[in-house]
Parts: sequence; C-alpha cells; structure tokens
Amino acid sequence: MKLKKRVPVIDQGNSLGFWGGKFGGNFVPETLKKPIEDLEVLFNKLKKDKKFINERDKYFKNWVGSPTRFIKLENLTNHIGGAQIWSKVVSDANGGAHKIYNATVHCLLAKRSGKKIICGDTGAGYAGKMLSMAAKKFGLKCKIFMGAKDIARQQPNVKAMKKNGAEVIPVYSGSQTLVDAVSECMRFWVANCDTTAMCVGSTVGPAVFVRICGWSTSQISRELKVQLIDEFGTIPKKLKLYNCVGGGSSSFGFWNEFMDYDKRQVEFIGVEAGGPKKSKKHAAPLTYGSKIGILHGAAQYVNQNSDGQIEETESISAGLDYPGISPLHCFLKDTKRARYTAASDEEALTAYKLVTKFEKLRPSLEPSHAFFVALKEAKKLSKNTVVVINSCGDAYKDRGILKERLGKKYVKSN
Amino acid sequence: MLNPISVAFKKAKAEKRPALLTYTVAGDSSKKQSLDILKSISKNADILEVGVPHNTPVADGSQIQTSAYRAIEKGIKINDIFRIVRDFKKFDKNKPIILMGYYNMIFQYGDNSFLNKCKNSGVNGLIVVDLPWPENKNFAKKCKRKSIYFIQLLSPTTTSKRLKKIIQNSHPMNYFISMLSTTGGKLKVSPKEIIKNYNRIKKINPKKEIVIGFGITDKTIGKLKSADGLVVGSAICKEITRSLNSRQNPVTNVGKLVRKLKNKIK
Repeated sequence: MKLKKRVPVIDQGNSLGFWGGKFGGNFVPETLKKPIEDLEVLFNKLKKDKKFINERDKYFKNWVGSPTRFIKLENLTNHIGGAQIWSKVVSDANGGAHKIYNATVHCLLAKRSGKKIICGDTGAGYAGKMLSMAAKKFGLKCKIFMGAKDIARQQPNVKAMKKNGAEVIPVYSGSQTLVDAVSECMRFWVANCDTTAMCVGSTVGPAVFVRICGWSTSQISRELKVQLIDEFGTIPKKLKLYNCVGGGSSSFGFWNEFMDYDKRQVEFIGVEAGGPKKSKKHAAPLTYGSKIGILHGAAQYVNQNSDGQIEETESISAGLDYPGISPLHCFLKDTKRARYTAASDEEALTAYKLVTKFEKLRPSLEPSHAFFVALKEAKKLSKNTVVVINSCGDAYKDRGILKERLGKKYVKSN
Repeated sequence: MLNPISVAFKKAKAEKRPALLTYTVAGDSSKKQSLDILKSISKNADILEVGVPHNTPVADGSQIQTSAYRAIEKGIKINDIFRIVRDFKKFDKNKPIILMGYYNMIFQYGDNSFLNKCKNSGVNGLIVVDLPWPENKNFAKKCKRKSIYFIQLLSPTTTSKRLKKIIQNSHPMNYFISMLSTTGGKLKVSPKEIIKNYNRIKKINPKKEIVIGFGITDKTIGKLKSADGLVVGSAICKEITRSLNSRQNPVTNVGKLVRKLKNKIK
C-alpha cells in the first residue's frame, strides 16, 4: 500500500472508493446509491469550479473567520523545557470548532442541489451545532440526530442547536452515543433522500462523505502552512503535528497540506481516546489493533466482536467516542505516513489542567488528548523541534464534566 | 436440482397467487422461540427470510431494530443461526430459507466459510442489505457456485440504466423496495403506484421473480397481489413485541398473523 505524491489523498481512492484497495467504499443500501452518486458528480464538478471555491473561501474568511490563530505557548514551552510548543487555535472558528468547515461546505452543496432540508449526526454536539448554524445561514431546514447519552452530557451545544432553529432528535438505540446517531441519521436519509441532503459529521461514512469532509477541513492546514512560513520563513526542519482522532476530520484537515513532506521532517501524530484507565472499553481502534470491518458504509478498523457486532466505546470526550475511524486514517496508518497512539480520560484531564494553568487557552476534552501526548513527547525533543497541537475545540461545552471531575475552579463561564 | 426458492414461486403461480415471504429475526426472542416461530409459520409461508441481527443496522426501522437488539441481548451468534436453519430443515426440508443481514457479519466470518456454512445448513438464498451492485459482483458469483441465490435489491431511486444492468446480472429472484423508507415504514405510496413501478421492473426480464417488500401489512397486502411475491417483516416483528408485552405466546400469535396474510392473497 502506497501513498501517492502530488495527488490529494481524498482523490487516491479507486473507482469503487477504496483507499489502498481496502479502506472506505460504499457499503450502502440500494436506495442510497443514486443520491450518493448525484452528490459525487456534484462535488467532483464543484471542487474544480473556481467560482465555487471563491464562494467557499469567502464564507470561510468572512463568516467562519479564517485564518484561526497560530500561537506559541511560551509558558508551556518554558515549563516543559524541550521542543517549542505551538498551537493552532482552530476553536477560534465561528461556533468554536473545526466542524464549521464541513458544515458550511455541505450546506453550499445542498443549496446547489436544490435540497431544502439537511440532516446530520453529532456526538459532542459540535457537528450538530455548526450544521445548525450553517443551515440557518443558508436558509435550510435542519435535523440533528444525537445519542440520548450525549444529549445529557453536552447540553450547551444542544441548547445552541435549538436556538439556531434545528430539530434535535434523540437516539435511544444501542449505546445512545455517536455511533447510533450516525446510524439513525443514515436511516432518516434512506427514507427521505428525495428532499433531504445529509451531512456526515466527520471523515467517515460512504466514500463521498469522507472526501467532502477532508476537503473542507483541509482549510486548517492551508492556513497553517502560510502561518508557519510567516513565522519561520520556511517549513521547519523538524515539525510535529499532534491532533486528536475520533472520526478523524480535524486531524486529516490539520495534516493534509503537509502530506508530501518526508515524515522525518513533518511527522503526524494522531491521538485516539483510550477511555477510562480502569475500563477495557476504548475508542482507539488504530492504537489497540482492531480488525477491519464495515461501519456506516465504509471499511475501516473498527471495534467489534468476533461475530462482527460493533462494540460499545467509552471515552470522556463525546467527540472521540466512536468505534470506527476514517478510512483516510486507516490508509495513513498502513502506509506509515502517520503514527497513532492513545491517551486515557485521566491523561486528557491532566493535560487540560496543565494547559489552562499556564496558558490562556481552554482546549476541549478532545484536543486535551492530543495535548497530553504532545507535552509528554515535547520534553524529550530538541529546542529546534516545532510541536504544533491543533486545539480544535473549546472547553465551554465540557463544563459539566470538568466541574464534576476537576471541581469548580476549572470552569469559567463564557 | 432446482433451488427450492424457484420451486416455491412455481407452486404459488400454479395456485394463481403471489408467494408469501416472511421475515423474522433469528434468536428473537430466544433461539428456541425463533425456531418455533419458523415452524409455526411454515405451513402458510412460501419462503422464510431469517434476519441475521446486527447492532448498527442502517436500513431497518424500529420494529426490526427492536427484534434484532432483543436477539443480540439474548446472545445469538452466527453459528446459532446456522443451527436454527439446520434444525428447521429437519422439520421441513423443502421450505426455502433466505438469510438477510449486513455485510460485516459475513466479512468477519469470511465469505467462503460463511457460504460453506450456508450450504451445509440448508440456506437457499442471501440478501445483504449493504452490499449493493456492483460491489456485490464477486460475492454473488461465489453464491452461484454454491447454488445459493444472491438476491439483488432494487429501489425507487434505482435508475433505469442501473436497473437493466442489475437485472441482467441477477440470479432468478430480486427484491423491489416499495418506497423510500427503512423497513416497516408507513406505506407512503399508493399500492397502485407500487405495482406500476413493479411492472416497469418486471418488464425488463419477465423470467426473473420480483418480490415487493417494505411497509407491507395485512391491510395492504391484498392490493399488491399481482406481484410474484410479497414480503412481510416489520408487521411480524411488531406482533412478537406486542405478544411479549402482553404476556401472550408469540409463536401462536405470529402463526395466526401469517395465516391471515395468506388468506388475503389467496
């Protein structure tokens, strides 16, 4: 399995949508074949259309608020005493996370296809919140599917969705988390694909959704590349990009523009959710060697039992609490372009405490996983190594959990 | 030897009625009970579809989901399902059985081992909901080698060009999804419209048997009689749930429901 140079990774799948011949694809009910094909034709056309790209960039700049900041974490750098520690503060984006890029592009596509309704799934609530914002902005009706367990633990985002006029539909089946929300959303689309567009909230699902999402979040690395050159005059000789990985949308977007660099120069480190220390359950299929299986229309490494039933996951961060992983990351893992590891719930909390103690930055529980590994490794790295962590979400949505786990002093109101 | 599925269609045609296909989930609400249900309906059903329960079903409505979760909770495994089929075939060896499920379960078992097991336990056909054409080409070929029908799904969204290609490559039986819906949705298209679509598909190759499924109940089945076969699934799963909730015997109740369905299409 080989990664091609000078070809966008999203376009490296074969004619059936498989990356490396075995990840991704379109394992969908017959009813969805036509709407997926229509979306593919539309997306393939528009991604080459200058007018469409200008339109996208206009919204990214004026509405999403790009570029998001690229800042040095001076205090943490001094405290750790190893590599230079930087952060790309993607949580600056309108709505507070990277999910806005994918949501905006899906709404633009929905408008072009003449659909009036858009449906989407959400775990942490960010994908849902951003889709509700974008839907409102572009005059689309919005339905968000969310696991009942996630609705309980991510209330701030639920309120935001409702405020934006979206209908939030609780999903009570299975583990009542993201995996079930995605299933229910796909079921809704099966029954309503004639009037409704679907937005899959991450780089998962049937191949075209993986591609659209990756194309959208790549805005992060486009900005970062410019910012790095502004700051260092060139791409640093030793650059390490740390990102949490749930479905994999923010990490893929954070890395995409650097794909063709040698990994000895630009290394990608994906941090999965290891779950509670004492629990056997986790959301880290790449780290803990899960087998390839099919989930939500795509072949990928996925937590499952020997019969092929998808296993329940456990993580403090709803946004990483997914048993599968993007086919793009499976591909990056097997081609050895990226390295994957995991951080536990407790480790993420430790990192959150450390970051907020030293910096004016409040990463949500998802990027806190990446911070933990980055800070641990930075200690052993030379001063000329540039470590960048994507702070892809803001902790405001996590205040309930943070208050419970760390006490009141770690929660500031916005 | 002719596949028992084709024999069943012939028999129904001779009686000038559509074949009645039932769908129940293996292991719902227990291994033994699901076998007893199959036995109790086999007199009136022509072809038995047996669902392989999966916990992330992307095309099933709430009734079938409930049945599937109930079966999984009781610990049903794929090998138990093969045992149920084998035991049923000891009771009624000529009644055709079709397994219906999602591809990951087959993929984990291994295509070839799965098909060998199917063959040995007496499975006559397979419906794999999330393995559409052309992705299913290879798998369908493997089925053919074992004389197992791979049943293609056709939907109202399937384009004419695609319909022709699928049917051209299909085995003797195909399955037309009546409307845009997950299983068990309320019939949102008139039976007349469904039959119109059905006839359009049937015309492509009249030799292929086409069954209609999704949203069919004892209220609507009578209006779809001109099809080669009709599938009732969610309505049966619902009856199992209702029986369990009211502490009645699902085996006798489902038996009665299927008899009623049969009477409506005679």
